Amino acid sequence: MSALSFTTSPRRRRTDAVMRGVLLAATLVALVPLVLVIYMLISKGIGAWSWSFFTTDPTGSFLGDPGGIKSAIVGTVAMVLLATVIAVPVGVGVALYLTEFGGGSWFSKAVRYFVDVLTGVPSIVFGLFIYITLVIGHGGFAGWKGSIALALLMLPVVTRSAEVVLLLVPNGLREAALALGAPRWRVVARVVLPTALPGLVTGVLLALARAAGETAPLLFTAVAANATTLNFGGRMNSLPLQIFNDVQQAQDRLVQRAWGAALTLVVMILLTTLIARLASRRSTT
Amino acid sequence: MQREPDRGLTHVEAGTLTPGGGRSSLERSSLRRLPDRLLKWGLTALAAAILALIVYFFVRLADESSAAFSRFGVFGFTFDDNWDVSKNIYGALPLLVGTLITSVIALVIGVPIAVATALYLNELCPRRARGVLTTLVELLAAVPSVVYGLWGVFFLIPRLKPVEQWLSDTFSFLPFVGGPVAGPSYFIAGLILAIMILPIVSAISREVIATVPVEQKEAALALGATRWEMIRIAILPHARAGITGAAMLGLGRAIGETIAVTLVIGNAPTIGKQLFDQGYSLAAVIANEFGEAAATPIHRSALIAAGLVLFVLTLLINGGARAFVIRGERRRGQA
Repeated sequence: MSALSFTTSPRRRRTDAVMRGVLLAATLVALVPLVLVIYMLISKGIGAWSWSFFTTDPTGSFLGDPGGIKSAIVGTVAMVLLATVIAVPVGVGVALYLTEFGGGSWFSKAVRYFVDVLTGVPSIVFGLFIYITLVIGHGGFAGWKGSIALALLMLPVVTRSAEVVLLLVPNGLREAALALGAPRWRVVARVVLPTALPGLVTGVLLALARAAGETAPLLFTAVAANATTLNFGGRMNSLPLQIFNDVQQAQDRLVQRAWGAALTLVVMILLTTLIARLASRRSTT
Repeated sequence: MQREPDRGLTHVEAGTLTPGGGRSSLERSSLRRLPDRLLKWGLTALAAAILALIVYFFVRLADESSAAFSRFGVFGFTFDDNWDVSKNIYGALPLLVGTLITSVIALVIGVPIAVATALYLNELCPRRARGVLTTLVELLAAVPSVVYGLWGVFFLIPRLKPVEQWLSDTFSFLPFVGGPVAGPSYFIAGLILAIMILPIVSAISREVIATVPVEQKEAALALGATRWEMIRIAILPHARAGITGAAMLGLGRAIGETIAVTLVIGNAPTIGKQLFDQGYSLAAVIANEFGEAAATPIHRSALIAAGLVLFVLTLLINGGARAFVIRGERRRGQA
């Protein structure tokens, strides 16, 4: 060490200290918005929370009692679950194709490339696409159309994360099962998928958390409604859309509801993320 | 990580032909091989359906936007500075400019901070704090876009207005700076986008930085380099392509981001004269006007055309980003 300090001039040491400080400062600066957002959410959102906030529907009234967010919570949960049910089999299926059957063929490379392309497509464009193909001339807005838009958004995330996890399944396991005479479908169903399960769950939950916060794909697919409904054939409310609509109102009580709904949404997303982390931790130990 | 497929055992169909060409006694009957075939072809069909879906996606968007493109011309639609809903004239230049300005602001603010964060977390951070700090940076990505918008409207815009005014007055000698400050503006939108792209740019940068061979870093340190000099001479040159790719992926995100921008950009379909003016973006115009546009076919077509421009823009940028990231990976392979 002493030799090192001997050869390092004060100027270079100063530069080093300054640059270390700059990098640390940048990291702290990056966390400032997080702290501010969470602080604002809690300080403004908690005030909106009450029993009736979670148990009543929005009234749609501008001047009177605005009501709560029950339909928005139910709608978000319902639509995201349906989107998961659609996206997971397709996403995991494509990932299975890529890892178990695709090999290095040009076709599997093309599929992988286009899945990446899907990742980059802005969520509002998914909304537009569903609007064009399913909404106009096909009976108008509906909750299941919103779910499909969300599923399109989740699909690339699920596929990529599933592919990564499936690649981690040791080939020795596959080969051992095949050597015992198991047909491939059995190897996939009884060896590959169960081994990869915790990782798959993590990927799915992270995709689900991402979809839950999305507004743009729902804007003109599921639109919004006031009443709580589980009827996927009609309009459905959702937390992001409720917030989006409330923010744009020049009415303090509606804005307050937006803060309360935002806090609810963030808590739901963080809980999902936390569970996802726990699932992956279980898989590594 | 591309897996080299094991061309050995697992890719041999159960029950292959014996060298003699006859059937081995171990071979399954074709009926019993049926489930395997079904699985394979089913999954292949699924993968093919994804490709078909994307092509269909593109065709339908192009089809629906053709009315706007044929009325105003592809060039006219994209580069005319005239978006007037009341007169049914749609030239998307103000939107395109708004999208690009806000995204560039996001990159200028977000990328240096994201890369610095990545460098700090990977190279300088005490081991004990690393996990917590990494999780916190990742948490930035868990906050939904609409919540950033809400925060922007009720916190960032009122709080930053005096700061913006001061910046505007002090730096009025610069181009595109100076004059009165609007509340919602390109700058606020860019700032929020910077926050939103930070976690992804930082995460990818960290991955790239982690691939720098330890020998190179140790060699730099052994030659007497300080930590910063090690970062400058060993890490940054090696990771440059990957970081460029990360920045481009961030750019793709920023361009497509809708809801937060809609809430804070001001939604004025004109080209602002300066950084702190109100504007509009491609994604925001779709979010805002689509509800009313359903009744007017040409308006709807113009908005779908805006979506198509957005789609093509993000495709080009993400394609470029992938090329950079792959180049980075190839370098890692050689090293």
